[in-house]
Amino acid sequence: MRATVTVYPRKEILDPQGKAIRDALGRIGFDGVDDVRAGKSFAIDLAVDDAAAAREQLDAMCKKLLANPVVEDYEIDLDGEEAAP
Amino acid sequence: MRCGVVMFPGSNCDHDVYHVLKHVLGQETRFLWHQDTSLRGVDLVVLPGGFSYGDYLRGGSMAALSPLMAAVREHAEDGGLVLGICNGFQILLEMGLLPGAMRRNRGLRFVCKDVFVRVERDDLPFTRGYRTGQVLRMPVAHAEGNYEDSEEHLDGLEDSRRVVFRYVSPDGEPAAADDPGNPNGSARGIAGVTNEHGNVLGMMPHPERVSEVVLGGTDGLALFAGAVGVAGELLEAAR
Repeated sequence: MRATVTVYPRKEILDPQGKAIRDALGRIGFDGVDDVRAGKSFAIDLAVDDAAAAREQLDAMCKKLLANPVVEDYEIDLDGEEAAP
Repeated sequence: MRCGVVMFPGSNCDHDVYHVLKHVLGQETRFLWHQDTSLRGVDLVVLPGGFSYGDYLRGGSMAALSPLMAAVREHAEDGGLVLGICNGFQILLEMGLLPGAMRRNRGLRFVCKDVFVRVERDDLPFTRGYRTGQVLRMPVAHAEGNYEDSEEHLDGLEDSRRVVFRYVSPDGEPAAADDPGNPNGSARGIAGVTNEHGNVLGMMPHPERVSEVVLGGTDGLALFAGAVGVAGELLEAAR
């Protein structure tokens, strides 16, 4: 099962990279960009078929290593699974 | 005192710390390998600066999972002394032995220069060679030293007197996040914090680089001297 985990700085935390990218976008003519968060994306292949079990594992991975919960949020997308409500 | 300096792949201040402890202060000092599982009886553990694991993922995040870190955690929880400098501070944050997290420097650049920090408390092993309010000059060298936490946690840190070093102007005025005296944008000018019991210290400035006259400064020596218990007359002799 293929998953994509996206980790990005939390809204309330200043993201110096995102701010610099936003400013650069403005300089090359892309007006109206309110905010940019610069994060990381992980493509993960799991030897697990059950979506619930996969999600549980990925959630634990995020908490233990992939994200730093003090300053980062994360999103988990599983291929073939309906987006969570 | 028996001192151990942990070497990770990518550590680059390990020999500097070893030199200060072993040759300047005359302590029994050994290197510890990150893949080992035993601290081999040392009393003081130093996690030195550098770029452990090439700063993959986040500074300190991979090193925090090294086999030796389980022993470091146990040592810290038993009240043993642990000092994390720069990348070592990042590792302590990633391990959760100290609160908060590091973000990229506010100015986005790697900052390598002397800064001024104020000693916020002198009742710790690491700071007993200083006095509260004393302003020290030490170099910083990092790209991710922008200390962050929630306002609530920062308040808690202040209330429990766990801010040990704060970036200040040369005359000791606190440097807010956007102040020129604050090299990285750290919340409340925080340059170093300790844990609840005061036996674990993390700091971004490099005291080991200012521990000998020949290196242009000695403001860092009292920190090591205090940690190994020779903050008094021996410190004067070593200077």
